[in-house]
Amino acid sequence: MGRHRIRPFEVNIRRRDGHGWAIQMPAPQDRTEVRGLKNHTAAILVVDDEAAVRESLCSWFQKDGYTADTAADAVEALKKLSKRAWDIILLDIKMPNISGMELLRRIRQIDPDIVSIMITAYASVDTAVEALKGGAFDYVVKPIDPDDLSRIVRKAIEQRKLKKENLSLRTKIEDMVPEEELIGDSPQIKKIQEIIETVSQTDVSVLIRGDSGTGKELIARLIHAKSTRRYSPLVAVNCGALPESLLESELFGHEKGSFTGAQYKHRGKLEISNGGTLFLDEVGTIDAKTQVDLLRVLDSKQFTRLGGNQVISVDFRVICATNQDLEQLVKEGKFREDFYYRINVFPINLPPLRDRSGDIRLFAQHFLERYAIQIRKKVLRLSPEALSLIMKHDWPGNVRELKNAIERAVVVAGGPEIRPEDLPFDMNKISKPRGESSIAEVERAHILDMLGRTGWNITRTAQILGIDRVTLYNKIKKYGLSK
Amino acid sequence: MIYVAPIHNPIPGAVRYISQQLPNEFRGLVAVHQTKFDPRIALDKTRNQYNSTILLAELLQELPSKHAKIIGITEVDLFIPVLTFVFGEAQLNGNVAVASSHRLRNSYYGLPENPDLVLERLYKEAVHELGHVFSLTHCDNYRCVMHAATGVEELDLKNAAFCSACNSVLRSASF
Ligand SMILES: [Zn+2]
Ligand SMILES: [Zn+2]
Repeated sequence: MGRHRIRPFEVNIRRRDGHGWAIQMPAPQDRTEVRGLKNHTAAILVVDDEAAVRESLCSWFQKDGYTADTAADAVEALKKLSKRAWDIILLDIKMPNISGMELLRRIRQIDPDIVSIMITAYASVDTAVEALKGGAFDYVVKPIDPDDLSRIVRKAIEQRKLKKENLSLRTKIEDMVPEEELIGDSPQIKKIQEIIETVSQTDVSVLIRGDSGTGKELIARLIHAKSTRRYSPLVAVNCGALPESLLESELFGHEKGSFTGAQYKHRGKLEISNGGTLFLDEVGTIDAKTQVDLLRVLDSKQFTRLGGNQVISVDFRVICATNQDLEQLVKEGKFREDFYYRINVFPINLPPLRDRSGDIRLFAQHFLERYAIQIRKKVLRLSPEALSLIMKHDWPGNVRELKNAIERAVVVAGGPEIRPEDLPFDMNKISKPRGESSIAEVERAHILDMLGRTGWNITRTAQILGIDRVTLYNKIKKYGLSK
Repeated sequence: MIYVAPIHNPIPGAVRYISQQLPNEFRGLVAVHQTKFDPRIALDKTRNQYNSTILLAELLQELPSKHAKIIGITEVDLFIPVLTFVFGEAQLNGNVAVASSHRLRNSYYGLPENPDLVLERLYKEAVHELGHVFSLTHCDNYRCVMHAATGVEELDLKNAAFCSACNSVLRSASF
């Protein structure tokens, strides 16, 4: 067990009159030994006469990486105040003998810079005003919503101007980088790599265009990972996969109750992406009303949750992606022009895989190595015949289709080599030499073939083709396919 | 040894799923522990919620050995007296933890139910609380399972795994 000491596990439970249970959990034997990856400089003292309250708050702060301790009354608090410097003090307004308000007054005499947060059992305007007048930074009402508590403490830390130090050292950069990488040495891919480097250093809206499966989300993730926003989340929303009503809720969130029957507020993706990047995939499918609402947020950086009126400020970068002809949609009046210009500040065009055949071999090799390791199988190479089929194929599902094809081939391969029959479909049959038929014809035939093989199972067909179901439905409609 | 302990009818399949997945993150054996205590002693009738600290104390009483860790899995709504609710609670650098699926269901937020998502969220919450048991505090990396999530929204952003930094602390601290 090494350095990890185990303390005796007694526990002392007793019933207190009128207060339900108070549990004395054994405290960690040595608080300095508790390791954390957050290097807060803040020290927090919790003063409350109720053991259950002060112990649970103290433990809550310790788990958050703060230095925390407790005091049961004003006398103990003053003693601890004289022993070391504290940044934040949470104190119960109502305590026997010396009240919280009186303690607040004394604390302010000792160190006016300490941030004091009052705890009260009742939300009354009087006590709140009195506390704030007395120099308290803020107050919380018991029981406290965890979200409110962490927000107030964050605010208090800002007030103290305590920076989270060494964040970049502790949160390792490699952890923030996507597992996938941009593969290819075609001129098109080299150009895109350069663009990513440039655009990631700015905060402009990016519009990524390309067919299904070309890796639009990967580009968004790479831009985010190289930007200064990388320690905040990249939040992806597939706008095409959600019905209108749900998309609105998904983006803006909603308050509890109201129309949804929610028992608790639901925070939308706009709120969650604060500080980071919001990635809107299939942006062309967003309805007109939501476009207007989004445009307003992008301009004002403010919004309200559905069914609420509290204004929430956000700061995020927006990256959109589409495989649709947005200019055509604008012309047809199906996409708002102002929204189009707002999101299309910096366009990036991803070429389909078939237009950069030099990269196909690299991709195939890359996926082969990856899946072989993943499933611990010694599949080492593609046979010349299999490679030739792969090179000839048109890849309507692009990189995703290629990835799925190789993954499956690695699984079914009987030996160290992938043979043509290991590939998920008869490529000879569907890949006519280029020039004889248009890409659309090949795509149509390929989709129809796959639908036939799966018995028109949309989910499975979409999986095999490496496209999502919405895209498959659109293509079925476009080509007028039916059973 | 890590024990997974069902408390008061957890969602079907949860205990099995979590027991199967935990070895991905923690070394050592994982087994199921059938609790003997009556969870109703933790019920606060006025709040209609269960005091998670009392559940921890009960689990601690049933600890099979000094080195064992127990994670209680439950569906009841948990709280600690000072907060309106908790998804779970753990004894930092200790032996016991508890995680609840009650507020991890989409329907709780007025959204369409998604059973797989609940299971995944509950698993993440269990790994997170066990991380505390193994002395880890919260991590700044939003993709790390030790990132503090005050809501399901943040829970969904993180992986069910430790980041490399937390992982190395875990390895050096507990094994
Ligand atoms: Zn935690
Ligand atoms: Zn971490």
